[in-house]
Amino acid sequence: MAASLRCFLRSGKKAVSALGQREFHKSAPVAAQVTVRDALNQAMDEELERDERVFLMGEEVAQYDGAYKVSRGLWKKYGDKRIIDTPISEMGFAGIAVGAAMAGLRPICEFMTFNFSMQAIDQVINSAAKTCYMSAGLQAVPIVFRGPNGASAGVAAQHSQCFAAWYAHCPGLKVVSPWNSEDAKGLLKSAIRDDNPVVFLENELLYGVPFEMSEEAQSKDFTIPIGKAKVERAGTHVTLVSHSRYVGYCLDAAAVLTKEGIECEVINLRTIRPMDVESIEASLMKTNHLVTVEGGWPQFGVGAEICARIMEGNDRLTASGRRLSSRRGC
Amino acid sequence: MAAVSSMRKMYGLCFHAVRQTAGRKASRLLQHRTFRVTAVHQQQPFDSSLEKPQFPGASAEFVDHLEFIQPNVISGIPIYRVMDRQGKIVNPSEDPQLSKETVLNFYQKMTLLNTMDRILYESQRQGRISFYMTNYGEEGTHVGSAAALDPNDLVFGQYREAGVLMYRGFPLDLFMAQCYANADDLGKGRQMPVHYGSRDLNFVTISSPLATQLPQAAGAAYALKRENENRAVICYFGEGAASEGDAHAGLNFSATLECPLIFFCRNNGYAISTPTNEQYRGDGIAARGPGYGMLSIRVDGNDVFAVYNATKEARRRAVAENQPFLIEAMTYRIGHHSTSDDSSAYRSVDEVNYWDKQDHPISRLRHYMTARGWWSEDDERSWRKQSRKTVMEAFERAEKRLKPNPELLFTDVYQEMTPNLEKQRESLWRHVQQYKEHYPLDLYDKYQH
Repeated sequence: MAASLRCFLRSGKKAVSALGQREFHKSAPVAAQVTVRDALNQAMDEELERDERVFLMGEEVAQYDGAYKVSRGLWKKYGDKRIIDTPISEMGFAGIAVGAAMAGLRPICEFMTFNFSMQAIDQVINSAAKTCYMSAGLQAVPIVFRGPNGASAGVAAQHSQCFAAWYAHCPGLKVVSPWNSEDAKGLLKSAIRDDNPVVFLENELLYGVPFEMSEEAQSKDFTIPIGKAKVERAGTHVTLVSHSRYVGYCLDAAAVLTKEGIECEVINLRTIRPMDVESIEASLMKTNHLVTVEGGWPQFGVGAEICARIMEGNDRLTASGRRLSSRRGC
Repeated sequence: MAAVSSMRKMYGLCFHAVRQTAGRKASRLLQHRTFRVTAVHQQQPFDSSLEKPQFPGASAEFVDHLEFIQPNVISGIPIYRVMDRQGKIVNPSEDPQLSKETVLNFYQKMTLLNTMDRILYESQRQGRISFYMTNYGEEGTHVGSAAALDPNDLVFGQYREAGVLMYRGFPLDLFMAQCYANADDLGKGRQMPVHYGSRDLNFVTISSPLATQLPQAAGAAYALKRENENRAVICYFGEGAASEGDAHAGLNFSATLECPLIFFCRNNGYAISTPTNEQYRGDGIAARGPGYGMLSIRVDGNDVFAVYNATKEARRRAVAENQPFLIEAMTYRIGHHSTSDDSSAYRSVDEVNYWDKQDHPISRLRHYMTARGWWSEDDERSWRKQSRKTVMEAFERAEKRLKPNPELLFTDVYQEMTPNLEKQRESLWRHVQQYKEHYPLDLYDKYQH
């Protein structure tokens, strides 16, 4: 990836010195290394404790501690009433969760992978996403659909699709895609507290990865607002916009490029819908070069949307963009 | 009456259809079955003067007292078996009386599968392949049913039916090639291990999402019915997958479309960690069949002869009468769900040991064979040695084999290569030529262009 970035930059600007680069990451006094899995677990544990209307349902989430162990210990702590194992029917249990949300509960509906959410997509789109609007605000659906999304390691096409673009296409849904542990915890808590249907896209390969979490992030009231991106690394030559696992790739590429005098600004979208275009525009006013990086396919994808918005937006922007993604495949 | 004239019309249509096909080989006419274009069960002619119900939705009598039908779960549908747990025939008239050669073949295929499973499971633990699923305890369901089918019958599986493929003659080298995703894999390395497929052996490539194969099997059976070539479809699925919405659609449609289809449910007690008492409250899967208007049976899945008899009869009638059958084979999943599972987390070792030691399809068949003097301790020892050797040899060959040509990244997305894909193929080729030293090309089949 660094190679293609280099090619892109050399087509124009000279390298600017690395002076004035500010520190992007100040660690708090009592930080800890927490895996994404544990961060998600903490978020659910805290929200289950805080609000008794919250409950978790999905395949293998109870006694088995979750297919990927994300709900470890929760069934032991909260029991059958709050942590519910379902028979194998995504359409069935997504529908049940939507109904429960309509009746006043706050379900967390886990898909073993978002690839299987396709069996339930009618419930997610036609029932969860559109109901608030179609009932003229009478019927809220405060539900969170969560699970691993995108590529894993060698699990073939039916277990590897990224659904960010598909779900982000639909009004009525909020779509969140965390990268590190702080993202995972803060955004999941916000998603659970949000009265709208939220699609929460995790990544299987990130579950076991430890990230530093500040003391503040470890507290029970730590939330991250949905709809705000974060600048993970400041830079002046090129803006890399990404979400989920690929934020890590961008930071790695930035570390390689800085040795060649190219400073990348890395933006972690955190939320796909509603997208924080302002943060991207602000960055582009500085760098004028954009590369979007995602795991999904390029056609009609997250990067495509970003490029379109940049092209349509602020007239002062003269940036041009390139997309980095999975193979186009057609 | 209206009924008679519509019957006459129906026969007329059929006769016309027969005459059309008479143009083909004469012999075909002899086997020709009427392709029914209207429902078999004609509704009674509408006559309100009678006190009988006239509703189109059900054919039934009136009843004058309130009584709910009980779901019979205390003593459910009985389990058909031929052998007892010691391999002795219970009712001699049910013994299929297969030849020694056939029975030995059953035994060898089941044990070869068992051996291959052990070796490939271990190879995953050692990091040589990425994933594996064993078939321990269910070998009887595979071999018994596969043996009762015609080689031209189409098989839709779920993922725990490798024995069906093995019985049909899929070579060890190709099983291994798929698991290793090497250059010999018929699947061109695109699937996770155990997602086998073989056009020649009429085994549709395994697909990961559960129960999608049920409505697909119904559609395929409908297509075969139209072809009218004495072929059936068999559709395997687990009791967990039967909870999916697709299962309902598949079962219902196979009945309304009147297809030559056998639904074969492997009820092995667990869906990953979910036991049957959490999966459903009714009397298993067999009890659902009558709800769809389907002939159904429950068999002892660890009794290879019971599985054989039931499948054979179902197949004969499915094809002759164009109607689906439901076979629920009761068995037990002795192994973990997959290499990503540790079943000691949710069931006791004692429970697993019972099935492994006291009620296993392989040992029951062995008792049957030894009682007839068809198999001795020496035979067992030498067969074990030989089968392990053949599996290990295939294993070693597969390990050494190169991975598929990277060009195969771009093929089969569509039936024909599109210009965009061609451009991407070119682009990757140029990129790899330029940065050769960064790519492990020696692990791959020769990257030609």
